[in-house]
Amino acid sequence: MLQETIPDLSKFVEPDRVRREVYVDPRIFELEMQRIHERVWIYCGHESQVPKPGDYWTVRIGRQPMVMVRGADGRVHVLYNRCPHRGAMLCGDQHGNTGAFFRCSYHAWTFHHDGRLRNIPMMESGYAGTRLSRDNPDCHVKPAARVESYRGFVFASLAADGPTLAEFLGEARVAFDDMCDRAPAGEVEIVPNCFRVVQHSNWKIFLENQLDALHPSVTHQSAGRAAHEVEKEIERRTGKAPLSYHMLSAFATVTIDKWDAFQTLNYPYGHCLLTGYMGLRPRDPDTLAYEAALEKAYGKKRAEEILSVNIHHVLIYPGLSVQPQLQQLRAVRPLSVDRTLTEIWHFRLKGAPEAIYRRALAYYNLVNSPSTMINADDLENFWKCHQGLASAGGDWVSFHRHYGRDVEKDGVVSSGPNMGTSEAPMRNQMKAWVQYMTAEK
Amino acid sequence: MARKTAPKSKAAARTPSAARASGALLQHDVEQFLYRQAELLDTRQWQQWIDLFAEDGIYWMPPDPSHTTWEGMPAIFAEDRNLMTVRMKRLLHPDAWSQRPLWGTNHVVSNVVIEKATPAEVHVRSRFHMLELRRDDVRHFAGSYRHELQRTKDGFRIKLQRVDMTNAQAAYDYVLQAWV
Repeated sequence: MLQETIPDLSKFVEPDRVRREVYVDPRIFELEMQRIHERVWIYCGHESQVPKPGDYWTVRIGRQPMVMVRGADGRVHVLYNRCPHRGAMLCGDQHGNTGAFFRCSYHAWTFHHDGRLRNIPMMESGYAGTRLSRDNPDCHVKPAARVESYRGFVFASLAADGPTLAEFLGEARVAFDDMCDRAPAGEVEIVPNCFRVVQHSNWKIFLENQLDALHPSVTHQSAGRAAHEVEKEIERRTGKAPLSYHMLSAFATVTIDKWDAFQTLNYPYGHCLLTGYMGLRPRDPDTLAYEAALEKAYGKKRAEEILSVNIHHVLIYPGLSVQPQLQQLRAVRPLSVDRTLTEIWHFRLKGAPEAIYRRALAYYNLVNSPSTMINADDLENFWKCHQGLASAGGDWVSFHRHYGRDVEKDGVVSSGPNMGTSEAPMRNQMKAWVQYMTAEK
Repeated sequence: MARKTAPKSKAAARTPSAARASGALLQHDVEQFLYRQAELLDTRQWQQWIDLFAEDGIYWMPPDPSHTTWEGMPAIFAEDRNLMTVRMKRLLHPDAWSQRPLWGTNHVVSNVVIEKATPAEVHVRSRFHMLELRRDDVRHFAGSYRHELQRTKDGFRIKLQRVDMTNAQAAYDYVLQAWV
């Protein structure tokens, strides 16, 4: 039905520009949910979010309400949050513990954590002779077609076929490697708090902003300047300002030419990465103690390798933005063509000193919380973009910056030298978008 | 104002009316202080608002009512005067894009209960309701304040203001620009 009313989608995207309908047409949004979000690997949560059997978090994959639950067998399952009887959601809360089994609040059908039917009231007297019996798949809770995790990060795919999680992540798995390797214990654990913010714009506008290295010094000038002034004042008074001021002031003091010195790397499936570091390796006693703990765990050579990884942001298309060096991620949940929920999480490096956690926590609170002094201006721009794209004032969105100067090697496209502000990541995301949207199915 | 409990100690019993009068005066002073704080927010007198805090004062909005400290915890706000100054300077910067549109708030503070009063400090809890207009959109935020006030020769100063928003754990439609 939808296909009949939508023209050839491949004509909506050219290598250096994209039609505005891609962002604002609700029919295209529905198709994106079908062909992208409800097929590819989508991040559900971290294993440490559900430590005990029965612990669950609800999560949205595309348009589907899902629940991630820790089973009595220790495995993490991802199920459709839907009772097979009359369709009621099994978990009405955002998170909790379901006990030894799920129990529907409507007619008390019960299910094991992996979705298998446990019991139906009046199973013998009420259903004898009907076609509903235990061997009918319709009486079990439907699981996600595939669930896999990588270093504790759980993904689900609602399609039975497609690349494995490892194939899908490819080199972009560095998002999780860089984060976990920085823990002396080699793994991270969730900080049990989720900041949730709704943006009044299409989901792609957010993703395209994440690796846009030209925008920070324009969009975030006010917060960067304000932090810089106070940072200087604290330094004048006490000699040293907390690193959190630098995290904010860098938005203004790292000027466009400096962002150009960084680089973007663009991988298959739309994933991409921006290098660049905000000075998280100072020589203060906390950092030195942390580096000593890393050396003890890994040896000097490996510790140095880990610490010299230089990443600002990794984007796992189409739903995850990771800042491994701040142990933070934002999961992107499209709600409708013009509304997008971001779920923002912070992780602890296991085995690292408390001070290292608190340093990243400052960024989580100042930049990623609902009182953010940074994202407030992003969200303003996203809203303006969406409003403008809904207008008939033009047909195209431009991704021409440094187009034609990308360098491809072994399937990885990098922006040219000193072209960190390249729009290569946007081009790469739209390339994947076309592949997903026009794939035969 | 009606007295809540009968005086228990003999000293209080000897001078019930004096104690009542003193309590009523304190209640009045505290309420006036809270009203003034709300008014400073609604009239965007940011520096005067910051100056209500003690030198080491903290403005704290936990994301979860179960939190008992802001230190080392995720927080929607956990700001000392330096961070408050960053926020103020941002709000006043000409290129704070999200500050350009029509934007205003209206706070109502009520249910003021003094929990503790010593010669040095007063702890007080209250309830607030804040209406925010941004462009054509109205949002409502409500919740409770808990102020730990120091008594100084210049009046009260805030040592710690805890803000528990009833909607703290709900998804935020857009974000918060200034203190609530």
